[in-house]
Amino acid sequence: MRINTFFYSIGQGFRNIFRNKMFSLASIATMAACIFMFGLFYIIITNFNTAVHRIEEGVSVTVFFDRDLTESQIQAIGDDIEKRTEVRELEYVSPEAAWEYYKEIYFEGREELAAGFVGDNPLAHSANFQIYLEDVSMQSTLVRYLESLDGVREVKQSEMVANTLSDFNKLVGYVSFGIILILLCVAVFLISNTVMVGISVRREEIGIMKLIGATDYLVRAPFVVEGILIGLVGAAIPLTLLYFLYQKIIVYIAEKFNFIGSMLEFIPARTVFSTLVPVGIILGAGIGFIGSRMTIRKHLKV
Amino acid sequence: MIKLEHVSKSYSAGIPALNDVSLEIEAGEFVFIVGDSGSGKSTLIKLLLKELDPTEGTILVNGKLLGKIKRKHIPKFRRNIGVVFQDFRLLKDRNVYDNVAFAQKVIGEPNGRIRKKVPAMLSMVGLAAKYRSFPKQLSGGEQQRVAIARALINEPSILLADEPTGNLDNNNAWDIMKLLEEINSRGTTVIVVTHNLEIVKVMKKRVITVKKGTVVSDSGQGDYDDED
Repeated sequence: MRINTFFYSIGQGFRNIFRNKMFSLASIATMAACIFMFGLFYIIITNFNTAVHRIEEGVSVTVFFDRDLTESQIQAIGDDIEKRTEVRELEYVSPEAAWEYYKEIYFEGREELAAGFVGDNPLAHSANFQIYLEDVSMQSTLVRYLESLDGVREVKQSEMVANTLSDFNKLVGYVSFGIILILLCVAVFLISNTVMVGISVRREEIGIMKLIGATDYLVRAPFVVEGILIGLVGAAIPLTLLYFLYQKIIVYIAEKFNFIGSMLEFIPARTVFSTLVPVGIILGAGIGFIGSRMTIRKHLKV
Repeated sequence: MIKLEHVSKSYSAGIPALNDVSLEIEAGEFVFIVGDSGSGKSTLIKLLLKELDPTEGTILVNGKLLGKIKRKHIPKFRRNIGVVFQDFRLLKDRNVYDNVAFAQKVIGEPNGRIRKKVPAMLSMVGLAAKYRSFPKQLSGGEQQRVAIARALINEPSILLADEPTGNLDNNNAWDIMKLLEEINSRGTTVIVVTHNLEIVKVMKKRVITVKKGTVVSDSGQGDYDDED
């Protein structure tokens, strides 16, 4: 391929867009809407996942041991548990620490009542491990393992929280994937339509090109360039818009809705967009490429 | 050189557009192909351009058997054949210069070369002063000159003209024919498909008459078979 031919194809791709202004604008608008929705879902999901992850980090399994176990035996069991892949963090809570914690919660302001237990720890047999998981969905596997261990008296788990989080996470993932897939199909269809109109408008020119001796590449390339350009412009607009909107919104929420801000910590814009921008651009260009290639294959026999 | 041997072409309906046609055209010849509408003239042009493949027979153009040319090599083959149509087929959104330059651009000629060759070609067809005009600002004769310039800019050895005077008045038609004769005198093989029998008679060139897909006469000096 000659360099002239390459630049000619690029130039013609641009010209195609301006020749079919209305269709190009419609395609860019649709593409922009799709990428905007994609970006929006991505931002929501990313923030949601981070929030869920934070909640998950707080979900723990508590293991209590038989009364006759010594502390060293308990520690030995703890060492075994720590080796499990499901375990992110293991925290030993001694009977003394358990009692201190209990007192803080239940005897606050009535310390004289707790004083009656001095020298007689009512939680003497409550030494336990708080186990924090790598992934909440692994909880049931870990609990089965813990229950099978000798010396383990009781395993307490927050099954409902774990299952709900895990299921909700999956549901959000599936729904988002479905919506994005539908949007992308619509975008491919519209770009394909625009390129098809371009082909029919330029049918005479294509005929002349073929008779003059233009290669298949030269006849087809401007349409592929057109599709990719529509995809790129259609991606750049919403990504820029989302970037500024996101920055404004997180500042606005932090200022106006303090209570949400304390529950939900937004991911910084730079972090979100360092992934979203390249993915959005590649997606836009990719959809443009696929849409135009599909049409060329179907409607442009050279 | 063009050589057709027992060439037949049938479309899907089964009626042959060309039936057992054999003919030979030497390099540098000027040949008229005459015949009524539907006689098979356009099919002949399409076969020579390898827009169509014959149902039977072989076609040799510039030493190449068209049946053996691979699809990917068709563009290169076509660059050696210039084509002119009755309806000019110019790009209406481009001026004269760009219409002619278009033929060079699609074969990837460098811009510097295009800038030199196009004005020279426009001078040759007598349109140097109108290089900025758009097709709708030109007369029919001028539009056909642009089409001829476009067909010749890539220096083909063969020029196929399909009814080049069909849309022109008598004066313009003669101007175009003189131009084609001049092009032929420079060594280009010129094949003109036409209905204009007056031109055929006056120019006294070789005439191939096609009727119902068959060559019924092939004679020199402007003679043709005019029996209905």
